[in-house]
Amino acid sequence: MQQEKITGAQAVISALLCESVQTVFGYPGGAIMPIYDALYDKMDELNHILVRHEQGAIHAAQGFARVSGEVGVVFATSGPGATNLITGLADAYIDSTPVVCIIGQVTSKLLGTDAFQETDVIGISMPITKWNYQVTKASEIAPTIAKAFYLAKSGRPGPVVIDITKDAQFDQTTFDYKSCLNVRSYAPSPQPDLAGFIKAAELINKAKKPYLLIGQGIVLSKAEEELRQFVEKTGLPTASTLLGLGALPNNHANFCGMLGMHGDYAANVKTNECDVLIAIGMRFDDRVTGDVSRYAKQAKVIHIDIDAAELNKIIKAEVAIHADAKYALQTLMGLVEPKQHTHWLEEFRLGKDYEQTQLAKNKQLHDSTKIMMEDALKVLTELTGGEIVVVSDVGQHQMITARNYAYNKNNTNITSGGLGTMGFALPAAIGAKLGSPDQTVVAIAGDAGFQMNIQELGTIMQSDIGVKMIILNNSFLGMVRQWQQLFFEKRYSFTEMTNPNFVGIAQSYNIPGKKISEQTELREAIVELLEAPGAYLLEIIVEKEENVYPMIPTGASVSEVLLN
Amino acid sequence: MKEEFTLSVFTENSIGMLTRITNVFTRRHINLDSLTVSESEVKQVFKYTVVFKSTQEQIDKLIGQLERLVEVFKVFAHKNTEIIYQELALYKVKTDLLSNGAVEQIIRESQARILTVDREFIAIEKTGYIEEIESLFAKLSSFGILEFTRSGRVAINKAMIE
Repeated sequence: MQQEKITGAQAVISALLCESVQTVFGYPGGAIMPIYDALYDKMDELNHILVRHEQGAIHAAQGFARVSGEVGVVFATSGPGATNLITGLADAYIDSTPVVCIIGQVTSKLLGTDAFQETDVIGISMPITKWNYQVTKASEIAPTIAKAFYLAKSGRPGPVVIDITKDAQFDQTTFDYKSCLNVRSYAPSPQPDLAGFIKAAELINKAKKPYLLIGQGIVLSKAEEELRQFVEKTGLPTASTLLGLGALPNNHANFCGMLGMHGDYAANVKTNECDVLIAIGMRFDDRVTGDVSRYAKQAKVIHIDIDAAELNKIIKAEVAIHADAKYALQTLMGLVEPKQHTHWLEEFRLGKDYEQTQLAKNKQLHDSTKIMMEDALKVLTELTGGEIVVVSDVGQHQMITARNYAYNKNNTNITSGGLGTMGFALPAAIGAKLGSPDQTVVAIAGDAGFQMNIQELGTIMQSDIGVKMIILNNSFLGMVRQWQQLFFEKRYSFTEMTNPNFVGIAQSYNIPGKKISEQTELREAIVELLEAPGAYLLEIIVEKEENVYPMIPTGASVSEVLLN
Repeated sequence: MKEEFTLSVFTENSIGMLTRITNVFTRRHINLDSLTVSESEVKQVFKYTVVFKSTQEQIDKLIGQLERLVEVFKVFAHKNTEIIYQELALYKVKTDLLSNGAVEQIIRESQARILTVDREFIAIEKTGYIEEIESLFAKLSSFGILEFTRSGRVAINKAMIE
């Protein structure tokens, strides 16, 4: 019997359904029209969210992936459709987010001829994708999509681009979908030997002042429970990178705060006082380490990561273990002795008290009737118990959110870490809401970042997505202004913003909203935001020239924390 | 201290692989001295031989980042003492120079060989170290070289199995 044939475009849709994809974010155009035509017949099985700009599509897919642990899927057309994805690809690559982008391409005969809307997508996206591939035959579509999903989510996750020529979408092919389980040149699951774990456990067992640093690797390997057990058995003080927040609840007794430039005082300073530093699923980003020549020199470093290229890349490790975080924690659990580092933990607590006292002094300098950014986050934490999904943008409000919102639940912290992409929060929150419809999702953005993808309010309106939005408006590019104040003699070069009527804009999109500026209005306004039945925008006018502290200036050591 | 390293990068035979490999060097602002690509002893597994100056510390990081590429199987780094390596050069000179005994002597002494004798030119082939190839170039220069080309390095490991 001859096997039934379908078009390449139908093969794309069928392959996505075979991968159990339920949601796609996209924007149609000439070169991807056959795929959209095939989608027309499957609208009841595959939910397509029409965004307003392709950058919105990929950030939404990232938000979806981060909250759900599934692969985010994007459709875009050739040329400008594809190039509009580039920022999101770079963001997903540096933050290890599994995303598959299916992009239309001009017909294969026209490749390389500067045809209408032709761009060398493979060439452009090569350095910022985990893998990319150009499909020119309908028969390659199913195996390529299978491989893309496997690569995007296995090992250290990342974005994958599939560029499909228009003729491959039109052509007929047989369809027999087989999931990809292996790529011969690729080994995503490390097979670490026990020796490294034994050595690591010996160091941990003997240490007087051991200190655990965790990153997003814990979240990506779904090792939160193993982490909690490990921390409780070993008694290790534990601090997190920006993207690791939520992996250990903020209210856990061993949680000592956030690392890095705007991290917590004790969390940073103790890095240079511990005797054994254990880093799991984090990559010693320069925002975390400050000056590496003065970073944890006194400590024996144990570094565990799923990406071998991260080991010894920035910080030389005494014990480097190429392993998945979950496997590593399970293995170490059997080798470590139960301990309580009460005095050592107490030192962190004293550091925290010192920091609080100093920061309170900064606060006294401000008019108490006005709202500081941190006030909004503290109220949000009180009202939600730190158990909603918070998607932050990039800048001062991002650091203030990371510092003041208590992430007490896993997979609820979504922000652009490595790339620092302004404009990330609004579309990522749309994706997060679709990835976890039962959770409350709040996007927190500054006045500037919100405007970088403000067009996605249209997506919220059209697809009726219940995203809550808070704009912390200081009419400044606040983080740049802070640096201008501290390091460029207050020469505020192009950082002041003249802003539109945000609530009015939201209303144009049928999204209710409110603007407040007084401390007395804050709580009630956030209650209203949280209780609104659908999308809601709250604009909070905050102090214009508030600075984020603590701060480790660029090039300083983690011991040199400025508190005011 | 920088020294010369030869990297052997074993990959799938796929479109764009060359760019994927060179991107890793470009990102770190490394200029390559030589690059040779061919199928290896295993069918459909390609070998990139990359020569450049670097430090052991940087080499370790480069190996990690190259091996992270999905279509790279394995990367080996060697110092010059650990490999057997050669380059190949072709020189084109006028045929009438053959009547000059000095040129014939240079070719013999350099252990080069004549590949082709055309009515107007001869093609000389020399395989060896870069210094030997350059030395022959210098010797022939005074007689006039019409065209010259030199390959990248090819290398095999001195260890029995890589």
